[in-house]
Amino acid sequence: MADIAVHDVDHAHTDHGGYDDHAPHATSTGLTNNKLSMWLFLGSECLLFGGLISTYMLYRGRHQTGPGPDQIFDIPLTSVSSFILLMSSLTMVLAVNSAKRKDDRNTSLWLTITALLGALFVGGQVYEFTSFYHEGLGFTTSLFGSSFYTLTGFHGVHVTLGIIMLMVVVFIMQRDRITGDKAEVVELVGLYWHFVDVVWVIIFTLVYLIPS
Amino acid sequence: MAIIERPAAVPATVGSVAAPEVVTPTQALGVFRRPVSSSGWKSWLFTVDHKKLGIMYGAVALFFFLVGGVEALLIRLQLAAPDNTVLSADQYNQMFTMHATTMVFLFVMPMAAAFANYFLPLQIGARDVAFPRINALGFWLFLFGGLFLNSSWLLGGAADGGWFMYSPNSSALFSPSHGIDFWVLGLQITGIASLIGALNLIVTVLNMRAPGMKLMQMPVFTWMVLVVQFLLLFAMPVITVALFLLSFQRNFGATFFDVNQGADPLLWQHLFWIFGHPEVYIIILPSFGIISEVLPTFARKPLFGYKFVVFSGAAIGFVGWGVWAHHMFASGLGPVSVAVFSVATMLIAIPTGVKIVNWTLTLWGGKLWFTTAMLYAIGVIVLFTIGGVSGVTHAVAPSDTQQTDTYHIVAHFHYVIVGGAVMGLFSGFYYWWPKMFGKMLSERLGKWNFWLMFFGVNLTFGPMHILGLQGQPRRMVVWPEKLTGDGFFDMHFWNQVASVGSFVIGLGVLIFVINIFWTWKKAPLAPLDPWDARTLEWITASPPKEHNFDRIPTVHALDEFFHRKYEEMDTEDGPRLVKVKSAEEVLAEEESHADAHIHLPSPSYWPIVLSAALPIIAYGVIYNLMLSVIGTAILLLAVFGWCLEPSVADDSDYDPPAGGDSTKELATLG
Repeated sequence: MADIAVHDVDHAHTDHGGYDDHAPHATSTGLTNNKLSMWLFLGSECLLFGGLISTYMLYRGRHQTGPGPDQIFDIPLTSVSSFILLMSSLTMVLAVNSAKRKDDRNTSLWLTITALLGALFVGGQVYEFTSFYHEGLGFTTSLFGSSFYTLTGFHGVHVTLGIIMLMVVVFIMQRDRITGDKAEVVELVGLYWHFVDVVWVIIFTLVYLIPS
Repeated sequence: MAIIERPAAVPATVGSVAAPEVVTPTQALGVFRRPVSSSGWKSWLFTVDHKKLGIMYGAVALFFFLVGGVEALLIRLQLAAPDNTVLSADQYNQMFTMHATTMVFLFVMPMAAAFANYFLPLQIGARDVAFPRINALGFWLFLFGGLFLNSSWLLGGAADGGWFMYSPNSSALFSPSHGIDFWVLGLQITGIASLIGALNLIVTVLNMRAPGMKLMQMPVFTWMVLVVQFLLLFAMPVITVALFLLSFQRNFGATFFDVNQGADPLLWQHLFWIFGHPEVYIIILPSFGIISEVLPTFARKPLFGYKFVVFSGAAIGFVGWGVWAHHMFASGLGPVSVAVFSVATMLIAIPTGVKIVNWTLTLWGGKLWFTTAMLYAIGVIVLFTIGGVSGVTHAVAPSDTQQTDTYHIVAHFHYVIVGGAVMGLFSGFYYWWPKMFGKMLSERLGKWNFWLMFFGVNLTFGPMHILGLQGQPRRMVVWPEKLTGDGFFDMHFWNQVASVGSFVIGLGVLIFVINIFWTWKKAPLAPLDPWDARTLEWITASPPKEHNFDRIPTVHALDEFFHRKYEEMDTEDGPRLVKVKSAEEVLAEEESHADAHIHLPSPSYWPIVLSAALPIIAYGVIYNLMLSVIGTAILLLAVFGWCLEPSVADDSDYDPPAGGDSTKELATLG
């Protein structure tokens, strides 16, 4: 039915030499491959944390041996470390902003500060885990213990990987070994970083703030 | 389009960002040269070409199909006679666990991945996938994960908890061997492969379609693969959580499934089936896609209701998330949950039925051509419908409560998986073999292959309906002579029929393997377009050139290739489609406008190195954590090697193609 018209269009196209390989490439969605896949990956991560959070919510009240959540959480301390992590999102935004202005020096600076704030948060978590352990909550003590350490531990590993990513970006940026679009690389790490922060907001609310 | 979407600043704009000249492109990590061979074993080991990876996926998946098949035959041998002693109870448990695990995770899923890898870029007119190195990584993870999983046979016994590995039966108390540890860690490794494969293929479909190709002009196979990748993207992390919980319990003493501590055994069931039910559609939808290509081709009609087929596939994907608890009707969920999941399960029959109707109406009035591929596709319609109907009866919770854990369930899911998914994949083999290898599988052997498998499936799984309704429980190792009924309900008779049937299937598969070797050695070259096909993958040589298309085709219509061959003309019988061009002419026209600069991603060492590190880590978790440390070191090395691998190579890294100024180029990303 539309065949004839279709072929007319085809000839019109062939006349100017077909597809030009050297034109700037637009993707079908307008998002670059990297950014699209990062968003998809974060979507997948939502389900990962969804599963872990569900497990924790199911088990947080189950501690036949050892302390329970209400006896052990130190809300002021964790609030401070949460605040630090949230602030690192702000510095991450500043890093992305500098990267978009092609300001390498400030990008490196803000990335480093972000990594340091993240490291402070992880340090706080290590401190928290250690003190919980001394108060009698081990990984194998109770269902609460196992699920608490697994959930917050998975988040801590995510933050740690984020710190490594930030430091690697700083390192290879200083040696000028980023071969793609620098601003986009920084932005991708930023997307991951913000995601990990948002997850922490949810974990902090559900795990620490809501009484069991 | 270049293979890889590259940041626009580097190639095109002038002066904004410095070209990465500080990087020495020939060297990765400042030490190694990148692999560059395009022939010989190195070209396979380090390849990032989606076609080579597709073939490797297929070959390995076929190998595991034979492994899983032998396991199935051993199961049927054990059940061929009363009080049989072919397998001990312990071996029998391992056998059915590994049969299911192998068939689901190491055959059907990777075989679908093989077709997806090979044909998805071709069907959307791309030169490769979005992230070629990640594609290679996915294959190697699948291979090493599968080998790791099966190495448990030699290291103290395989997993024995059934493929859904219910807790607390899966804890170290009830299964003290390392089998379940191997199972958990092996599935984690192949799970990573599925996840990154999903990211890669989604981005490829959404971002790299040929100019002009709208979403609703994509071939149905591409559509179904896209839906499957979304299912994988969201289902894999859930099983990942479940597997982590189980391995933390078994290896590090966590308490997740320790009933003495007050654990809830339903936690595992929910996590597993939230993954497990989408998994069912992950298994079947690629085959739905394949037969949606095959049926119109051999009925010589467009697919009836293309949009309905596409949207019902997507609907199956959506609703598939809301039905997982129908696997748990007998677990005491409570009446409200049971009612909700029961209704949702019945709902999912609607889009599935829509597809069946569309396929049937595609055949209606067509000039049917009964090739082997076509027979398999029709086989899918018939057998899947039988399996689907018994599936709907399981949605009725009171009836399901009777049938749970009987052979009736076994009959149902084998009809949909073997009759649906596996037969669909076989349809794909016969349809696409000439495209992949330039030679056609023998139709004569193919017919034997099909009829043996078709009768074998019905002989094996048909009687299981009767056995199940009679109450033969699933997974029982022996059936005692004194319990067999008589007349129509003679358990003895039907079990033997099923066992004979399984060997008929085995014979069919054997003929397929013979067919592969015969075709490889003896078959003449296939014509360019042996089936008068319809979609883009046929607008290229068979097998396709390394860069797929000399010119990226511009797409104007659904079934683009068909529309280039046929035009509507006024004849004395009114307007008719008349063939105006042969496939050779279409291809010649494309070749005469070949692109001058074709950029292909370069091979890389890192995918295979990175994936080899993961089994080492996994062995370490089971035997000695020092091994894990070593594995992690290799992993980190590979990650850094990968990240620092230069994105743009010197021309001197490559042999320039003869007689042209064209150069190949490395991938920017991936």
